[in-house]
Amino acid sequence: MAVLLAGCDLIDRPINSPYRAGAEADNTLHTAFTQRSPRYLDPARSYSSDETPYTYNIYEPLYSYHYLKRPYELIAKTAQSLVEPVFLSESGEVLPNTAEPSLVHESVYEIKIQPGILYQPHPAFAKTPAGSEVYYPITPEQLKGRHAITDFPETGTRELTAHDYVYGLRRLASPRVASPIYSTLAQHVVGFAQYGEQLRELETELRQTVAGTDQEPPWLDLRELGFEGVQAIDDHTLRIRVRGSYPQFKYWLAMTFTAPIPWEADRFYSQPGMAANDLSLNTWPVGTGPFMMVESLQNRRHVLARNPNFRGEPYPCEGEPGDRQRGLLDDCGKMTPFIDRMVFNIEKESIPLQGKFMQGYYDLPQANRGDVGVAMLVAAGDSSEKAALFAERGIQLPTTVEATIFYFGFNWLDPVVGQGDTPEQQEKNRKLRQAISIAFNWEEYIAIFQQSQGQPAFGPVPPGILGYQEPPEGINRLVYDVVDDQARRKSLAVARELLAQAGYPNGRDAETGAPLVLYFDSAAGANASSPVLDWMRRQFSHLNIQLDIRATDYNRFQEKMSRGVAQMFMWGWIADYPDAENFLFLLYGKQVKAERGGENAANYVNAEYDALFEKMRDLPDGPEKAAIIDQMIAIVQHDAPWMFGFFPRSAGAYQQWVHNAKPSAMVRNGLQYLRIDSELRAQKIAQWNRPVWWPLPVLLVVLVLLIWPAWRMLKLQQRRTALPPGQARDGEPR
Amino acid sequence: MIGYILRRLMYGVLILIGVNLLTFVLFFAVNTPDDMARLAIGGQRVSADAIEKWKVERGYDKPLWVNAQAAGSEKLTDTIFFQRSVPLLRFDFGMSDNGRDIGWEIRERMGPSLALAIPSFVLGILASISFALLLVFFRTTPLDFWGVVLCVLLLSISGLFYIIAGQWLFAKVLRLVPYSGFIGGLDMVKFLALPVLVAVISRLGPESRFYRSLFLEEISKDYVRTARAKGLGERVVLFKHVLRNAMLPILTGTVSALPLLFMGSLIAESFFGIPGLGSYTIDAINAQDFSVVRAMVFLGASLYIVGLILADISYTLADPRVRFE
Repeated sequence: MAVLLAGCDLIDRPINSPYRAGAEADNTLHTAFTQRSPRYLDPARSYSSDETPYTYNIYEPLYSYHYLKRPYELIAKTAQSLVEPVFLSESGEVLPNTAEPSLVHESVYEIKIQPGILYQPHPAFAKTPAGSEVYYPITPEQLKGRHAITDFPETGTRELTAHDYVYGLRRLASPRVASPIYSTLAQHVVGFAQYGEQLRELETELRQTVAGTDQEPPWLDLRELGFEGVQAIDDHTLRIRVRGSYPQFKYWLAMTFTAPIPWEADRFYSQPGMAANDLSLNTWPVGTGPFMMVESLQNRRHVLARNPNFRGEPYPCEGEPGDRQRGLLDDCGKMTPFIDRMVFNIEKESIPLQGKFMQGYYDLPQANRGDVGVAMLVAAGDSSEKAALFAERGIQLPTTVEATIFYFGFNWLDPVVGQGDTPEQQEKNRKLRQAISIAFNWEEYIAIFQQSQGQPAFGPVPPGILGYQEPPEGINRLVYDVVDDQARRKSLAVARELLAQAGYPNGRDAETGAPLVLYFDSAAGANASSPVLDWMRRQFSHLNIQLDIRATDYNRFQEKMSRGVAQMFMWGWIADYPDAENFLFLLYGKQVKAERGGENAANYVNAEYDALFEKMRDLPDGPEKAAIIDQMIAIVQHDAPWMFGFFPRSAGAYQQWVHNAKPSAMVRNGLQYLRIDSELRAQKIAQWNRPVWWPLPVLLVVLVLLIWPAWRMLKLQQRRTALPPGQARDGEPR
Repeated sequence: MIGYILRRLMYGVLILIGVNLLTFVLFFAVNTPDDMARLAIGGQRVSADAIEKWKVERGYDKPLWVNAQAAGSEKLTDTIFFQRSVPLLRFDFGMSDNGRDIGWEIRERMGPSLALAIPSFVLGILASISFALLLVFFRTTPLDFWGVVLCVLLLSISGLFYIIAGQWLFAKVLRLVPYSGFIGGLDMVKFLALPVLVAVISRLGPESRFYRSLFLEEISKDYVRTARAKGLGERVVLFKHVLRNAMLPILTGTVSALPLLFMGSLIAESFFGIPGLGSYTIDAINAQDFSVVRAMVFLGASLYIVGLILADISYTLADPRVRFE
């Protein structure tokens, strides 16, 4: 009986686990990444959202965002507290906090760092009992066979100091690190641009010393090369000098670009042979955060394990309304992280990804994106069967509107849809843009192509950010009518009237009678007849405008945008930080893409807008700033250099045993707060994954039934004689 | 024979130089180093400064073919083409644009690729030849007819369908295997069972039909009639005589494909999450990583040349009448 029961248990036990036996009972979070491994884990380079689950859980910037509060709120991370900058006049006098931004020559941030914070165990810190480094210097021969940081048995640690932040910031200017953010910060931090030039000259000299040899130039020791804008006053005090009043600077301090880099790690990885063995900050980061990288198999698997030296951070006790009811405050005050390990597996195709999630083998399908959650919400909306299945499995699908915008731009340099030469032409072009903005039905676009997971935009500032106005106040009245406090798109008749005033009655040039043909540059590859593009053609055809699609790949598209030759285009922006400046600068004249290589892809220039932008940029959050943002939004609504498109909604997807889940693209260190009930997980996986064995014996029987007649026929054929018995010729033996 | 092989190898080197040149021209005809930098840096705020640094770091700041500013032989050697292509001829693949050692990646990924490719190849050949021989054995019977119908049906269906249907049936409905993934050691069996089964079934249709035609052509020849006339059983006729004589075209297809097993399967590896060389190549194409793409094209071309030479050698073993000229 016992054997029978054991046999039954064995038959019922799941055999489809993609992990080693018993892995589901560990305190390990399983999730996936799609397409490829994170490209850059070096904090100076990392800027892609798929890298943030690693970088923001390993490196610790000075600040971070409160996990639960909305609107987003900055909190101190390794800093002792958030600091207000000290404003200095041109003569060096200290100005009051309320000083006019135009009087502020410099803002000085003096930030105290918490003492006692330790780095993760790492071979760069390993020392012999005599005090010398274990792995410095190390020869390429000694590096043979070492392709992972775990191949170095000796490790060490040390305390985080302000010097590490200084080193990290200096490194952004290094010619050996192509940091995407250096150019931006060089405009703001005192002496940073000159420092970059200095390093570039030094690098040229160093390269000349090794020219003609196979050797790489020696390590660039940035401890020796400083600049006045970033300094360590003592081991726990960092001073950063910023030009003028730039209140947004504090948000950069919450990004990993400003994370600390221990010089030992930089020196360790710069040794000959390290890069050839894939040992660098890009693959094996060194930080003080809650997790550390312990396995890194390119385009296959990455594993983060709890950093044994992490000090622990208490789970928040406050959130936004509704968080308590959702159980998000249940772990108030408990030390994070709750999870011991996080395993990220590659999953290039959506079928295996969703399949494994539904089987319970992924706790969340993707750590940094909400695509799967959105797809599941849509599936649940379309099929009651799916909705019932998700409900039965207790899958959580919380949603949020992201600080992201997708917009449709008109190139300001274009003679037809752009600014125009004469005041009359400018007004005509404006009316054309306004007519198109009315005819282009974004509500329909969101319903069809975003599966209703988005919100039409009335201006460039998304919800949750100071400057965003809820309807009815925020409604763009040049495109919508306000009916019962709701936005209702103006009629096509209004759009046609505007088109006629623009000089194109019924979509034809009033002077020549030629049909109006506009050009849309699509970055969606060579396919010019995708459903989205066909739908766009229909929107323009409402006004009898012919839309010609110029389909190209993303690289060509970027090149066209850089040259300013695209007439109309669609693009998006993901917020770096939750400040309206980070969206409004996309229309700032000094950011035009065609001439200055900035992010103003529409090349929009309006002196009034620019002046307001410069004023708003320097103001702290408050009613004055909000009022200026309102004026700026009114200007761009009037000028219509964009159709404002939509703000996408993202949805997380979490298993019932995952607690404290709150999706957000802004709070990038959210995995630290997740807790899993691995006992419940093991139980549910066993329940959901009982193998179905009966088709195998059936298949066997079918095979036998197929083979048996063949076998019989074979035997018959072998026994068969040339002539049937009884028909033998006369004279032959029978 | 040695002279013949050496001559073929020399041709091979010329072919490899041509392949290298063609890959370079095709890649840089559609991609500029600026495009590569933009894609590699990714994200927002891709400044001209960052693009320049990226190019300098990887040597893409040099001219493609001729460096007019250099002196002497450096006019030709201090160029992207020379510095990226010449080391390939000594199988020095160098670093990927992402800064990783390509040679090491290839060595690491060869194992999973072979773990999938070898059983798929061997079982696929065995199943196809067996099924073809079975159909030939029962030629002109309903079994042969329905067998051919089955072959046509199997070859009409896209390989992708087998993968999706296999995952749906065995991973989702029956829950007998994982959807995808890979673990080393004995555990790999459960990850490879479905992809191998899918590979065998998807090639069963076209290959069995092809082999059946070959066998039918052979079976009508005089020596087969002679064999039967002298009283040999059908089994002996088929396996000992027909199979051996039909081996030549089979060898052309199989032996030449043998070295290419190292290259892995582009689609299956991607769908089943097997970290082999097939998915490595696809990833590199998607990331526009020229260093990896040219290394994999070069490796593929080299292995193909080796495969063709091996196929030539195998002819002499299968058919003693074939001699190297």
